[in-house]
This record gives sequence, structure tokens and C-alpha cells, in this order.
Amino acid sequence: MWNRRKEEEPLPPPRTAPAPPTSSQLAKEGIPMSTLPSRPTDTRSEGVRGGAAIIGKSVVLKGQVYGREDMTIDGEVEGTVELQEHRLTVGPNGKVVATIKAREIVVLGTVHGNIETREKIEIRKEAKVVGDIRTARIVIEDGAYFKGSIDIVRAEAPKPAAVPKPQPVASAGASSPAAAASAGDVKR
Amino acid sequence: MSILDFAGASQATVSFVTNYGHRLYSDDFVRQLDQVFGPAPTGAGSPDFFENQANPALVADFFSLALNFEDASFDGALVWDSLQFLASPLLQMVVAKLHRMLRPGASLLALFHTEERIESISTYAYRIQDHRTIQTASRSQRRPAQIFNNRSLEKLFQDFSSVKFFLTRDRLREVIVKR
Repeated sequence: MWNRRKEEEPLPPPRTAPAPPTSSQLAKEGIPMSTLPSRPTDTRSEGVRGGAAIIGKSVVLKGQVYGREDMTIDGEVEGTVELQEHRLTVGPNGKVVATIKAREIVVLGTVHGNIETREKIEIRKEAKVVGDIRTARIVIEDGAYFKGSIDIVRAEAPKPAAVPKPQPVASAGASSPAAAASAGDVKR
Repeated sequence: MSILDFAGASQATVSFVTNYGHRLYSDDFVRQLDQVFGPAPTGAGSPDFFENQANPALVADFFSLALNFEDASFDGALVWDSLQFLASPLLQMVVAKLHRMLRPGASLLALFHTEERIESISTYAYRIQDHRTIQTASRSQRRPAQIFNNRSLEKLFQDFSSVKFFLTRDRLREVIVKR
């Protein structure tokens, strides 16, 4: 099915000797994160880009979390989480009691709080979400628990660029009834 | 419009309702019943589920968890088959609460099994595929608190302005109630 996560396949041997993995990479490999098909799944390339920030499952955070990169929460967070242009993944061990704003959110764990995403929220089958959601798109797997409201915010179509109106000839005046009407001056 | 759905969240219903530009409130009513009053009986035994529904402390817990919405919050409620698992007086309390939560002119859809002398009935997750199709997914077997007929349903919804009954193919009575 499209919404099932595939098991990670072993990576092909690298062409060049890879740099020793950082602690964040090692931690990341241990977390069953989902990835979008359109996004790179190669952890090496993620490593080059810096990957996502990870709040591990033994971490408890209270307060404001603000980030400018993707983030995975597998621990406990209470307060607010704001990743306006980035993706938040609440891992299977994650417990978030917070107002969340992000570009995109994937929930595999538990979230209590209102959620606002600019693009999409995915609530996976083991997830539990209690709160109101405002999003452009939502995916809810069978078995997921959700209590709250869903508001779909339609992305506004880009307005066409304003075309400059043709200027009337200065001395001709309104030559047609329509033009005259639009000018607010109808002569009979 | 604001629509309350008792069936729990499903992709199909969410898409159907929100595609019309409406707001959907999802509340898994039967799951919350089990959570507060204990596992539901599947047959003649284990009556605790219904006895617990008369326990004032548990009833207070239930209303703090479920149906905790302001008065006149909704333009429609999809109650499905959940009311038949409520014993009196909790049933009347839930219907009165629904009456308060719905705006004047709002509609409520409920389903009731018509077969009398039945020990247990299947419960389903209801998903609206399109304006003609509801998909059902079997959830469990449960014993109903009581079986309703037209007269008892009219009495149950006596505070509403109208009650319409439709008999469906699967020994179900579909009821559309207007606030």
C-alpha cells in the first residue's frame, strides 16, 4: 500500500570511503522515520545536508522549540514547536503536548495540542492525536486515533499579474456605450 | 458548516466532508465508551459495561472526555449506530447533550438495528466514500443495551423538531432527526 513504510534496504557500497558517521546519523538510523517518495532516502546525502535535528526518546523538553531544519521528536516535548518551513516527525516513542506549526508533520506517536501545517499532515496507524488541525492536506491511516477538528485551508490560487489597462485616447472621450458606462457617463 | 462524526477519523469521511469546504470534528464515541465504562459485553454475560453507565462518577468522567463541546456548535452530527450501546439514563443524557450541541435546523443521522431478541450485533467503522456510498468496516460484536422501534425512537428524540425513519437492507433503521 502507498502508506506503508518500506523496510530500509541495505545501501550499495559507497564509491568513496565515507566519513565516519556522526552521533546524530547513528541516532537517526535507529529511528524508524518515514520519508516522502519525492525526497532523498539516502542517509548519506541527508548527512551532507545536515539531516534533521533529533530529540531522542530519553529526552524531556519543556518550553519553546523553534527550528530552521527538519526535526524528529522521539522523546517528550511540552510547550510549543515551530518549524515554519520544515518538516516535523513525531516518532513512535514521541509524546508531544504542544501547539505545533510546521510545513509538514508526520505523527507516529502521540500529540496533544493544536496543529497547523502549511502543506500536509500524516497521522499514521499507531498514532494518537488530540487537538484541532489546520492544514492544506491530511492523510489518516486506518487505526489512527484522532479527536478534534479538521480545517482544510485551501491554498489561494496565485493572482494573475495585473495587466495595465489600455489608456483611452485623451481627446476622443468615450466612443462606445460600454466604455461610456465604465466611465460612469452615459449619453443618450 | 461544522459536522460532528462519531465514527472516529477516517480518510474517506475527512476527504468527503472537507472537500465541500466544511469543518469536521472527529470523535470516536464507542472507543470512549469502552475507555470509561470498561470493555463492552459481547453476549449475555459481563454486564459491568451497562451497570457502569449508571455510576455518576464514571458518567462525569465520560462527559469530560466525550461531547465536551459548546452549545450550538454543529450543523450536523453523524452518530451512526453508537446510541444503541447506551443504557438509560446515560442514553437520554447523551441525546439531550446532542440536542444542545446542534444548532436549530441541524440534522442528525443515526442507525439502529431492527432485529429483536438478538444477543450481539456487529459494530462498524463508517466511511463516506461519496454522496451515494458508505463503506463499512467491521470492528467488533457487541450486545446492544436495547432494541428500538419507531415509537421508542420518537420518544427518544421528542425534543427535536422532526424524526424520519428509513428501513435499509441490512436490518438497520436509518433515522434522520432535525433539531
